[in-house]
Amino acid sequence: MIGNLPYIVVGLLFTYGLFAVIFERNLIKIAVGITVLESAVNLLLIVYGYRSGGNIPVFTLAGEGSSFVLPTPQALTLTAIVIGLATSALLLSIIMVLYRHYGTLDVREIRRLRG
Amino acid sequence: MKSKILFFIAVLVVAGVTWGAMESVHPFGFPGETPMDTYFVEHAQKDRAANNVVTSIVFDYRGFDTLGEAAVLFTAVSSIALIFRKGGRS
Amino acid sequence: MRHMRPLSVIARVVCNAFAWFMVVFGSYVIIHGHLTPGGGFQGGAVVATALAFLVITHGGDFALPKLKKELFIGLEQAGLLIFICAGFAALGTTFFYNFLANSGGLFGASIPLGPNSGVLNSSGTIALMNMAVGFEVVGGLSLILYYMLHGILQNLGSEEMGKEETGHDR
Repeated sequence: MIGNLPYIVVGLLFTYGLFAVIFERNLIKIAVGITVLESAVNLLLIVYGYRSGGNIPVFTLAGEGSSFVLPTPQALTLTAIVIGLATSALLLSIIMVLYRHYGTLDVREIRRLRG
Repeated sequence: MKSKILFFIAVLVVAGVTWGAMESVHPFGFPGETPMDTYFVEHAQKDRAANNVVTSIVFDYRGFDTLGEAAVLFTAVSSIALIFRKGGRS
Repeated sequence: MRHMRPLSVIARVVCNAFAWFMVVFGSYVIIHGHLTPGGGFQGGAVVATALAFLVITHGGDFALPKLKKELFIGLEQAGLLIFICAGFAALGTTFFYNFLANSGGLFGASIPLGPNSGVLNSSGTIALMNMAVGFEVVGGLSLILYYMLHGILQNLGSEEMGKEETGHDR
């Protein structure tokens, strides 16, 4: 039971990020919550491909006659991290334009005003 | 106060469901038969002459996904350049 | 202006001593992408962090007029063009085929099997695509930083904004 701790950690991180997106009132805290959600999903991808007693799948650093962990989920996680970066950059730029237009960062005020 | 109690129940339910769902595919640390990954590890040094198996997967065996990712980066940069333009109202 | 002032003397001296080291280390991670863990995307992020470091410690008044937009645009487009042309040049067999590995010319040397210390000249189009993606990521992330910092100056210039402190709830 204690050896399966990574899966439980992924579930906890996902719930913390979801709580920040739903229950917060500041726009920047919502953006940080979306980034935490993304980190939880990338961690799940890498933890899925673990082989007990394996080494890093690079021939320059591994020793003689060792077994390797699965290299394919690591390659897919690289792409997912870069896409998360693009999403966060666009989200923060839209928040800057919103602040210039409305003058406040509170989500309930922006919903009430009609710009 | 009621939202905090609901939050704690949701934490336990989601953590337990994640553990149960991933455990039913294979136990943690023993993936079983993986024909694609054994092929990659055995043939990457002979055919593609690369020491790093992960880089040879990203750029050679699955290079088409990297092309899509470069397109995503390019689209993000052009969208940010479009948001912050100086308006010349005529 | 009141915001984006330069930091203290200690921060400025340490930044002047270490910014070049970050650029050199990032280039090392990009170039040795086919031998050690790393590659184009990771090394490009390290080099773009050096640029952000320089602009933040020296302040917006001093550092921002020295950045030119055309250098980063040229870097990004050159990287993307080399990446696509390296894919089209192997159209004899299939798209993105590794036609330079284990041949005699550029980047084509054979390596011994099993664990070894690496050979820099090996692995064909993988090393070429590594450097092309490194250029593109450096140019792209620096352009994002450039546009966001100029957007802050546009925000501070307008007068019709709220003057109270926002964002503190509960």
